[in-house]
Amino acid sequence: MIILENLGVALALLGAVLAALWAGIGSSIGVGIAGEAAAGVVTEDPAQFSKVLLLQLLPGTQGIYGLLIGFVTLTQIGVMGGSADISVIKGALYLAACLPMAFVGYKSAISQGKASVASIGLVAKRPDQFGKAMIFPAMVETYAILALLISILAIFGIGGLAI
Amino acid sequence: MAVVTMKKALICGMKKDRQAVLDFLQRQGVLEIHPAVEDDGVFQKTETLPQKTEGERAAALARQALDVLNQYAPEQKGLLSAFEGRQILSVDRYQEMRDQCPQTQEVVQKLLDLSKEIGEKRGSLPRLEQQREELVPWSSFDLPLDFSGTQETQAFIGSFPEALTVQGLMEALAEKTEAPVEAELVSSSQMQSCFFLLCGRKDGPAVESALKELGFQRAPASSATPARRTRELEEETQRIQEEIRQTEQAIRDLASWREPLKFLMDYYQMQAEESQALGTLAQSQNVFLLSGYVPASQAEALGNALNQRFQVCAEFSDPDPEEDVPVLLHNNKFAEPVEGIVEGYSLPGKGEPDPTSVTAPFYYILFGLMLSDAAYGLILVAACAYAMKKCPRMEAGMKRTLRMFLYCGISTIFWGLMFGSFFGDAVNVIATTFFNRPDIRLAPLWFEPVSLPMKMLVFSFALGIVHLFTGLAVKLYSLLKSGDVADSVYDVVFWYMLAGGCIVYILTMPMMTGMLELSFTLPSAVGVGAAIVAAIGLVGIILTSGRESRSWGKRLLKGIYGAYGITSYLSDILSYSRLLALGLATSVISTVFNQLGSMLGNSIPGAILFVLVFLIGHTLNLAINAMGAYVHTNRLQYVEFFGKFYDGGGRKFQPFAVHTKYYNVKEDLQS
Repeated sequence: MIILENLGVALALLGAVLAALWAGIGSSIGVGIAGEAAAGVVTEDPAQFSKVLLLQLLPGTQGIYGLLIGFVTLTQIGVMGGSADISVIKGALYLAACLPMAFVGYKSAISQGKASVASIGLVAKRPDQFGKAMIFPAMVETYAILALLISILAIFGIGGLAI
Repeated sequence: MAVVTMKKALICGMKKDRQAVLDFLQRQGVLEIHPAVEDDGVFQKTETLPQKTEGERAAALARQALDVLNQYAPEQKGLLSAFEGRQILSVDRYQEMRDQCPQTQEVVQKLLDLSKEIGEKRGSLPRLEQQREELVPWSSFDLPLDFSGTQETQAFIGSFPEALTVQGLMEALAEKTEAPVEAELVSSSQMQSCFFLLCGRKDGPAVESALKELGFQRAPASSATPARRTRELEEETQRIQEEIRQTEQAIRDLASWREPLKFLMDYYQMQAEESQALGTLAQSQNVFLLSGYVPASQAEALGNALNQRFQVCAEFSDPDPEEDVPVLLHNNKFAEPVEGIVEGYSLPGKGEPDPTSVTAPFYYILFGLMLSDAAYGLILVAACAYAMKKCPRMEAGMKRTLRMFLYCGISTIFWGLMFGSFFGDAVNVIATTFFNRPDIRLAPLWFEPVSLPMKMLVFSFALGIVHLFTGLAVKLYSLLKSGDVADSVYDVVFWYMLAGGCIVYILTMPMMTGMLELSFTLPSAVGVGAAIVAAIGLVGIILTSGRESRSWGKRLLKGIYGAYGITSYLSDILSYSRLLALGLATSVISTVFNQLGSMLGNSIPGAILFVLVFLIGHTLNLAINAMGAYVHTNRLQYVEFFGKFYDGGGRKFQPFAVHTKYYNVKEDLQS
């Protein structure tokens, strides 16, 4: 059965795609809601453009981390060139390794987007407090970074396993 | 290297010199005015709010006029205009421009009037357009639309809100009235059909009511035929548009007034500030009294300058320890750029040292580690250096920020070389794809984080521990300086023992060192020693961190809660894993773009694709990752580092000065 023979690489690819997919969706939502708030501020005070733009972009990093995990997985399993010969169990491991980034990326990007909206409101009222406003969304991102860390360590670790 | 010492200034002078003294102080910009004397029988404050409001209003009007001018005659701006800073104005030129103010004021009024005129004219255009559209269905009709009939006949010109034929209309009419009616269809569409109806004069009222029941609407009345009326409307539209163009030209003709307008805006802004300062003066019949804070280093020069110019008495004294003295930071060239970051958190509170000089080196290192690409660092350095060279008059704050990114860029280059990243793996990709030399690559001076992520993670944690312990050291320093030796042992030394002991103990466990891929494991004897040190620290913390409570039970409970704070050290250290994550993000995304670009291989389309993808991709990557590095460096400084020792809460030194947008008339004390 050709499907069973190639199930490993299929599972691994599924993991790579899920990481890029969910983290990307989360970031789109987060950057989207922050963008709405940012556009509102700029109608009142165009001088705040650069500040609110920065705040809007903060929830965008999860999408990048998702891409990163997706890409690293693709290179590890040989889809980007090389042999794509992965055992079923290894494929399943890759899939599992990608999940932290997929789940945490999705949820944290949305939450970070909401924190960004609040911070954009803060900057609109008190532009001098930009330094602090930036920190609130960045606090949320810590968890995306931790998920990225686990995903990436797991992916590199799986490559060295002899199963 | 620290918070600037302030002197309290008390200046007493003749009332006649009041204006001149204030003018002088405003141009110097070294004194923060602070009301000191309350109203009493002798000294009183003047109410200056109306003057201040008036100045602000005039400044706002000038600003509006300037906006109008910029809308119709946009100013030519260079790429670097945002960095250029204010023009410097000599005192002579200042006088000259000030004398010109009345004329400029007229221009302001003229500009605002012209802009209003354009607004009104633009507003009338839609109405004309609508009238013209109403006439479109009637365009083939050759009678005036207000034609009401002849002596014997009555005419109805109008439309029904549905598609109707002549026959359909006649049938519908026959049901309502028996009067003979002649109908002619002028035009018809899905939405409406236009008819010309004729009946005998005596049947008029009956026909009219029948038509009304059918939903008849009279055509827009006009004494000209539809075709002529349409032409008239078109001509009027054109006339108004021409007038708008002329008015716009009139505004553009005033473009030469742009500089005076800018000056006027600044001038009124200065007036408003001066009025505000005037309001804080205590004045008696002949004398005024002014108090405030001035940096100690400039106090003497200010006093001398005042004495030379005016009949005043300036006295400088040390402020009371209780007083809320404003904070001004002063640091060397290396640390100064980070002052803005410290200010973004909070300025040092009473008795706190200025953290800028310890923050600065870590700031540059952490930023460089997160961006970690030699090429991106080069771009950053080149861009900042270029902007700083091109715009020597740049505002101090902007200059500081650019210098900060310049230093961050240098650090980025350093770490990029350490990790062998130059536009990611561009060197290798270009050599492989276009020159068929896969052996050429930029070798890292240290190691590649992508291939050894665990090593990078350990390095990040180690740097984090150094960073956190430095924060604790600053706390130790400031506690010792203020003489709280016991507190320094309780709050710092015990923590050093506990956290440090735990870390060393972890390094003696083969499981942990294996996991962290370290090449060494400390002998277990060290572990025992470390455990003892940590235990002493722990006991010390439990016994002392609730020391403000009297009862021992409460004190111990608080102590145990205090010791629970060790978990915050764990999360703080883990937080530095972002150094690895962000560093990897930069290099992996660069790699993605390089791979994408080299997909078509070594051919002409391949080279074109590579250049395109390379330019767009790396611009994007640099922008996103530089932003990420900035935000997360700030976070590590604010949350992890400052959290260990720094409270802030100081008030910023805001001297009475010229806070203008376009011109700067500051003169130096020496002149």
